[in-house]
Amino acid sequence: MDEQWRLARKSEALRIRSAVIQAVRLFFIDRDFLEVETPLRIPEIAPEAHIEAPASENWYLQTSPELCMKRLLAAGYPRLFQVARCFRKNERGQLHLPEFTMLEWYEKGACYLDLMERCEDLIGFIAEKLDRGDVLVTAEGRRISLEKPWERLSVTEAFRRYTSLTPEEAVARDRFDEVIGFEIEPNLGRGRPTFLYDYPVSLGSLARLKRDDLSVAERFELYLDGIELANAFSELNDEVEQGRRFEKEQQRRSTAGVTVYREPERFLAALPLLPDSAGIALGLDRLVMLFAGSSRIDDVVAFTPEML
Amino acid sequence: MYEASDLRKNLKIQIDGEPYVVTDFQFVKPGKGQALYRCKLKNMITGSQFERTFRSVDSFDEADLQEKKMQYLYSEENKYCFMDNETFEQVYLTAGQVAEAADFMVENVDVDILFFGDKPLGITLPNFVDLTVTKADPWVKGDTAAGNAKPVVVETGYQLQAPPFVEEGEKIRIDTRTGQYVTRIKD
Repeated sequence: MDEQWRLARKSEALRIRSAVIQAVRLFFIDRDFLEVETPLRIPEIAPEAHIEAPASENWYLQTSPELCMKRLLAAGYPRLFQVARCFRKNERGQLHLPEFTMLEWYEKGACYLDLMERCEDLIGFIAEKLDRGDVLVTAEGRRISLEKPWERLSVTEAFRRYTSLTPEEAVARDRFDEVIGFEIEPNLGRGRPTFLYDYPVSLGSLARLKRDDLSVAERFELYLDGIELANAFSELNDEVEQGRRFEKEQQRRSTAGVTVYREPERFLAALPLLPDSAGIALGLDRLVMLFAGSSRIDDVVAFTPEML
Repeated sequence: MYEASDLRKNLKIQIDGEPYVVTDFQFVKPGKGQALYRCKLKNMITGSQFERTFRSVDSFDEADLQEKKMQYLYSEENKYCFMDNETFEQVYLTAGQVAEAADFMVENVDVDILFFGDKPLGITLPNFVDLTVTKADPWVKGDTAAGNAKPVVVETGYQLQAPPFVEEGEKIRIDTRTGQYVTRIKD
């Protein structure tokens, strides 16, 4: 009876979860995107310094569907989306599950600025389908207005506003994540959503450099109520440069004493055919949290690993 | 030896030869960034607190503490008295040292008292305790499916949320780490 009760308590959140996913599908299908499914179990992972994939025999469970989706994009599919389970080792907290759901989409001919508008439209559309008007109310009763346009804040400006460092200084002292996580993030997306954009080059391993400022990468993160919701790039399609960046990430992994992944050869081979495009990964569980007014990711999934 | 990923509320670690308890814990990880483990730590001897952020490469020694089973006798004013069941020696803890453990402790139960050398510092509660419900609204049958919760009070005076089918006089199991209801105990 205890188990039934525990699961029954989630009924409202699970109903909202289902409605959000249906609205996401409707939104993208209406706009001529193709929904795809790519394998969860893959032999090669994009090497990133701080993302760990669980092993599955001698392959891995994906940490995101990025590589396969970009190979499809390179084969000529112009607009793709996927709702996919993703896996990341050692990630468990109020906003983290080691198995979670990601919404990824890719658009040919778009750059990261176009994706900002797409985010505004998508979340506005979901709010409309769920009869929320243009205001979300958080677990603690804070209000977030979805009225467009949302705040656009460069990383440099955010550091100036909330810290005494520049982004370059923070990177040099290996403090960037700490400063972002503890000093900047809690201020973002309060009252209205914030796009934090233009990251130092070393923090955008798969992103294209900005055309008129080669010191930053065309990358943004979307924040609502202090929560990181999505990460987007204008996609890098220079295979030599991508190979070099992977090499660098591998070196960082090797120094840290974690698994050095095989080079994703087929992905790199497809890159020269990747059109100018932009792609984004959005944490669907966290999006559901915002619509359900939950403060813990546990509340919006039926089962957490601890319940299995 | 503990790794950063072992950090959680109530873990006891040693820093510079002194025992600390984690009183607050937050896991923060930017999607592309490093895992960060932000802890509030309390020195178990002096009671002084500070905040510190650890990374996945950090590791810690276990705090060098001894535990002794003692019986909880009574409390008065700001003091809690415990007795060694073999030597009958008695020690006192302050309300601050007992902290939230008071919510889960009834007189004459055995608890583990923590010592650093011969200094009593606090209590290690078992992860689960079974306590009798002393106050609860009656159960309106058929209420379970809605997943509603109702407040109940247990014999220590502690109040928590429980399923609607829990009734007065019943024993329930509580997770002392979260303070939350786990299950109903059938005799």
